[in-house]
Amino acid sequence: MLEKEGQIRIPSGCAISGFISRDGKRIGGDKIVKSISYMHDRSNGLGGGFAGYGIYPEYKEQYAFHIFYNSNDARVETERFLDRHFDVVNLSRIPTKKHPNITNEPLIWRYFLTPLPTKLASSQLDEREFVAQCVININDRIDGSYVFSSGKNMGVFKAVGYPEDVGEFYRLDEYAGYAWTAHGRYPTNTPGWWGGAHPFALLDYTIVHNGEISSYDANRRYIEMYGYKCNLLTDTEVITYIFDFLNRKQNLSLEDIAKIIAAPFWTEIESGKYSETEKKKLKYFRNVFSSLLVTGPFSIILGFDGGLMALNDRLKLRSMVAAEKDDMVYLASEECAIRAICPDADRVWSPRGGEPIIVTLNDK
Amino acid sequence: MVINAEDIGYYDLNKEIVGSDDAEIKVENVLGQRYIGCGTSAKTITVEGVPGNALGAYLDGSTIIVHGNAQDAIGDTMNDGEIIVHGNCGDTTGYAMRSGKIFVKGNAGYRVGIHMKEYKELYPKIIIGGKVGDFLGEYQAGGIIVVLGIGYEGSVPVGSFCGTGMHGGYIFIRSDQPPSGLPVQVCCETATDEDKKIIKKYVEEFCDCFGYSAKDLLSSRFYMLTPNTASPYRQLYTEN
Repeated sequence: MLEKEGQIRIPSGCAISGFISRDGKRIGGDKIVKSISYMHDRSNGLGGGFAGYGIYPEYKEQYAFHIFYNSNDARVETERFLDRHFDVVNLSRIPTKKHPNITNEPLIWRYFLTPLPTKLASSQLDEREFVAQCVININDRIDGSYVFSSGKNMGVFKAVGYPEDVGEFYRLDEYAGYAWTAHGRYPTNTPGWWGGAHPFALLDYTIVHNGEISSYDANRRYIEMYGYKCNLLTDTEVITYIFDFLNRKQNLSLEDIAKIIAAPFWTEIESGKYSETEKKKLKYFRNVFSSLLVTGPFSIILGFDGGLMALNDRLKLRSMVAAEKDDMVYLASEECAIRAICPDADRVWSPRGGEPIIVTLNDK
Repeated sequence: MVINAEDIGYYDLNKEIVGSDDAEIKVENVLGQRYIGCGTSAKTITVEGVPGNALGAYLDGSTIIVHGNAQDAIGDTMNDGEIIVHGNCGDTTGYAMRSGKIFVKGNAGYRVGIHMKEYKELYPKIIIGGKVGDFLGEYQAGGIIVVLGIGYEGSVPVGSFCGTGMHGGYIFIRSDQPPSGLPVQVCCETATDEDKKIIKKYVEEFCDCFGYSAKDLLSSRFYMLTPNTASPYRQLYTEN
């Protein structure tokens, strides 16, 4: 069995890319594979992954669970759990293609699920919370079973390998979505294993991340007070939960979340560049959510139902480039990854550290 | 010699560039290949497209001309030569540069000229035509950085934390206002005509490359940043 995160340290960047059609046009997964492949040298073959939004229109009312199993026993036990909590509308292995560079794959299954009305009612939870708790339960309690995608009309596909190989392995050219994100991994502290590849997902929130979070333990201790379990011992996982917590549970806007996790320095807040109202808000956030400040170098792309968001750490210790062409917006670690799929962008720019780029579908 | 870089990895591309006996090399269809011209000393390399990170790292006398945008860390630790970018460039432009010139027509990212240094006749120069991000000249130990702010008149063309840790060299900023929030170890003064002589020659060369009027630019107000001789860092490690 491959050693997992936390059992070994590998000293060593990453690549991220994403795009969205604001008109909601569905674009083939081969486009995002091409984009990330131009940043091959930012990865080392220990993890690659993708998130596609709008890819399951035929099951858009169901939660799509993608699950890794280490064994058939883990599958049987997990399916028993799923049957107790959900109406399983459809289940199948996720179609893959044998690839010489992708080996040691776990069992990879997909389920389209609707929470059982009786279970949901007796839980007294809203539907999304019910589903999130089920995901956390499986990941935490069933050994060898890991739900790595759990949103509606979206899906995560990830593996150990270079992202372009992972894309071929999952036959992403057979999917089409209005938004895609991608990650090429170069693990800095831990080995690559299938669950540790990006994107990290809970419900429709997905994160791809380049960087290393020095505040990981502070963030983890805080977020675990609210029922999340950081099982993967990987810094990126906690960012996903922070977005879920602040956006879904605390109803904060993505703009405000950027002000919390990439908060301006106190000296900047006092520098006179903000209005009194804004200053008050920034101070309030820094005080109330001090444990959710994410420090250390990061550039991330958040995928969510109906949009993408890009954010850099406030010191901008990782690169990020954005571009626009008609209704398309592109985000990537390097300009080449954008030019590869959009040679004639109308506008190319680099966001400032801590300045979010938030793009949503026109009809959302 | 002309090289078509389409679908060639950085290693093979650079092998071809370094292995060529031609003094002039044109590389077309470049898209993200790193280390172009790295360490070379007597070539003129013209790049069409978007070169990858660390373009001209350790450059030792060659000239690299980019028709397009460049990415991060161009001229990393370059020793001599010229890098001329007819577009924008990314973060850490001229990282720890020791000599030579980097001219960028458009904007540059964060940490331009971080830790650039001079020694005797080795004297690095960076001129950015547009604006730059935060941490301009961070830990600068020598050489000259000029930010012209062309197209950004009326605003300060540099970001926050300019000159943090600066302990040598000059930063010239063409602007009607000084940057705010400068650290205590940096002196900021309006450049006199005498001060502008330090940069005149290089600004003229820059203008020759990109078709601007050096006379007009140099007649504008510039702020000159130098390390404060009363710097608290001055004797942190050793008297110098």
